[in-house]
Amino acid sequence: MRVFILCLSLLVVVAACGSRPEASGQAICVAGSTSVQPFAEKLAEVYMELHPEIRIDVQGGGSSAGIYAARQGAAHLGASSRELVPAEKELVEIPIAWDGIAVIVHRDNPLSGLSLTQIRELYQGRIRNWRELGWLDHAVHLITREEGSGTRNAFEELVMGKAEITPAALVQDSNGAVREIVASDRHALGYISVGLVDARVKALEVDGVLPTRENIRSQRYKLVRRFLLVSKLPPGGPCKEFVDFILSARGQSLLEAEGLVGYEE
Amino acid sequence: MTSKGIERLLLVLALSSVGSLALITFFIFWEGLPLILGTGPGDFLFSTHWAPTKGRFGIGAMIVSSVVVTLGALVLGVPLGLACAIVLAEFAPKRLKQVLKPTLELLAGIPSVVYGFLGVLWLVPLIREHLGGPGLSLLAAAVILGIMILPTIISISIDSLSAVPDLYRDGSLALGATRWQTVQRVVLPAARSGIITAIILGMGRAVGETMAVIMVAGNALKLPTSLLDPVRTLTSNIALELGYASGRHREALFATGVVLFVIIMILNLTAAAVTRRR
Amino acid sequence: MRLDPRVSQAVIISALWALTGFTLLILIVIIVNISVEGLPRVSWTFLTQPPHDMGRSGGIFSTVVATAYITFLAIVVATPLGVGTAIYLTEYTRESWLTRIIRFGAECLAGVPSIILGLFGFVLFVLKLGFGWSVLSGGLTLAIMVLPIIIRTSEEAIKAVPEEYRVVCYSLGLSQWQTIAKIVLPSALPGITTGVMLSVGRSLGETAVLLFTAGAALRTPVSLFDSGRTMAVHFYILAREGISLPNAYATAAVLMFSILGINLAAYGLMQRLMRRFS
Repeated sequence: MRVFILCLSLLVVVAACGSRPEASGQAICVAGSTSVQPFAEKLAEVYMELHPEIRIDVQGGGSSAGIYAARQGAAHLGASSRELVPAEKELVEIPIAWDGIAVIVHRDNPLSGLSLTQIRELYQGRIRNWRELGWLDHAVHLITREEGSGTRNAFEELVMGKAEITPAALVQDSNGAVREIVASDRHALGYISVGLVDARVKALEVDGVLPTRENIRSQRYKLVRRFLLVSKLPPGGPCKEFVDFILSARGQSLLEAEGLVGYEE
Repeated sequence: MTSKGIERLLLVLALSSVGSLALITFFIFWEGLPLILGTGPGDFLFSTHWAPTKGRFGIGAMIVSSVVVTLGALVLGVPLGLACAIVLAEFAPKRLKQVLKPTLELLAGIPSVVYGFLGVLWLVPLIREHLGGPGLSLLAAAVILGIMILPTIISISIDSLSAVPDLYRDGSLALGATRWQTVQRVVLPAARSGIITAIILGMGRAVGETMAVIMVAGNALKLPTSLLDPVRTLTSNIALELGYASGRHREALFATGVVLFVIIMILNLTAAAVTRRR
Repeated sequence: MRLDPRVSQAVIISALWALTGFTLLILIVIIVNISVEGLPRVSWTFLTQPPHDMGRSGGIFSTVVATAYITFLAIVVATPLGVGTAIYLTEYTRESWLTRIIRFGAECLAGVPSIILGLFGFVLFVLKLGFGWSVLSGGLTLAIMVLPIIIRTSEEAIKAVPEEYRVVCYSLGLSQWQTIAKIVLPSALPGITTGVMLSVGRSLGETAVLLFTAGAALRTPVSLFDSGRTMAVHFYILAREGISLPNAYATAAVLMFSILGINLAAYGLMQRLMRRFS
């Protein structure tokens, strides 16, 4: 069944990529993780300005669909926000960036950090009141992402382990939506991609470590994942040029400007 | 083309809506029913444990939330909508009515995302600050939906009130009743089935609305215990998770669609039955 | 103690007027807010510049194109189907079980929530037929959504054409189809146009359907198979993800005034038509 669904997702990707007017022969199709998508779009936007003869199509579909598409050669590059499983290891993997998951609270929240255990207990519904964390007596408004989201998936793996996230938590379907709520609700707590943290919210230390660039790159900060591009064969032609661009100082600084942490020093 | 040929062609075109409906029904059930049967209909409908990536598919809490949010919307929407309809059909001067009716119908033209957006901007902080809770709540959803169903309720009610013959009114007034007594005892009862239809269709609109609800309801999975609790309705469950879902998870979202579809069809059939009785 | 009926009438009627006023107030507040916050940013450049930086800066050109493209496709598909249905129902048959089924199908289709249509379009057009998230998938799904609107308004418009027109044609020896094509349809054209305009209005404001069938790619769609982000979807993403509040407001203003303008024009057209034939 899984394979069937993957095939369907693949079909979507193929249809999306195959429909390009191939006359120029210069179309690159990137498909996969919706967490990577906005960054890939940004890279594509800039790259296409530099190379007007190239068309780059960025499609969503999720990490698994993207990896599958790359494996079948339906997409030139698959985008993944999770690590490859052993069965997928024959693919060429190109790490493009580190992404930290920041645990965020409202600006007015005096708390500066939480331990990993505290975060887990909060999301399990065991800690429910800010008083238990040494702030005022008010319920914590927990916000999580929807089932199936890559960010939630990573958060569950890195923080929750086997424990389930409490059903009492509010659910929002994008990093941005979580941030908007935390920015407007003094008692809220959420988690988002570090790249999207802005001045209206405060990222907390986790086990005493702030999600700064250095800490993420050194992985001293615990909640870190990699963004990967994968392809069936080592990329060649225009595809290689695009990958080289991403890994170049220019490409990496574009990613850094969007808040990710570049993979290349 | 022969006239018989034209007639056949038109018949084919005429079957397009029925055909679409059949296709929709088929695909939603085809995708969703296996999971309902696999999980067991009792478990699927009554369990409140929804963890689709871990194989738990219970939409009980969402069904309850959908029902409560809809009832809440009716509590606000029906009195407001009926009041508008009665004023426009019975009390407003003709000139004013000609202006007010299309104006109120503009409410239907405002996209649901705009309602949701303004709900988040105004209503949610209001609830959070003055009533407590996270603001994104059952109450917020009910209020926004109450406003969104107004056009449906107003326009159908006006039509049914206007359809009551003036003879009824004249008779009642001639017997010495006041205009309000006439409306209350004669016109409203005569227009009853139309008004019930309006309410049922309004319910359908509220149950089916998605985008505004996703934005203001908070989407938590818990069974609500207070008006200030965040809730997830059937529609928002589908829209929230469809983006990334695969395999059984996606089937479970179609299964949610099956339940929603059945509820809507029951409402539609009831509305049709009420209208026919008239 | 029993109140004087006149006093209670005065109280109740004032209350009804107050509720009507409140409803109007909601509408006015929404329109004024969106205008004040959004309109100052709307300019020719805003409409003709592509969005930059995920919509944080730049205009909304690609979303205008996507909206026009998808809406156009939906109308092109739905109009022949809807008008054909209306002709068949009014000119070619008596009331029978078949017409009842067709009417009932159209009515039910009108009640199907957009999220269900989205699920259906996603599984049939996007996946099964392999159109992907595209203008084509979005347009076809929207066509199904607006079909009932076109059927209903066309039927009313055709029915409103006086019977004498047809009698005169037949007496001049025109065939039934010639009568319809040369006389009935042209006379009903304003009414049919009303239906088309209402459908455009409905399509512009739709989000749930398009999120799952047309996708949300920000590039200007060229081919039918390109994904496209309509204005409503763009507004939803801008507002919900907090990308840019000013641009969200400006997009909402463009969206809302397009829809309100189209709806008002449609209403005016319908009134004119009704007056002409009555």
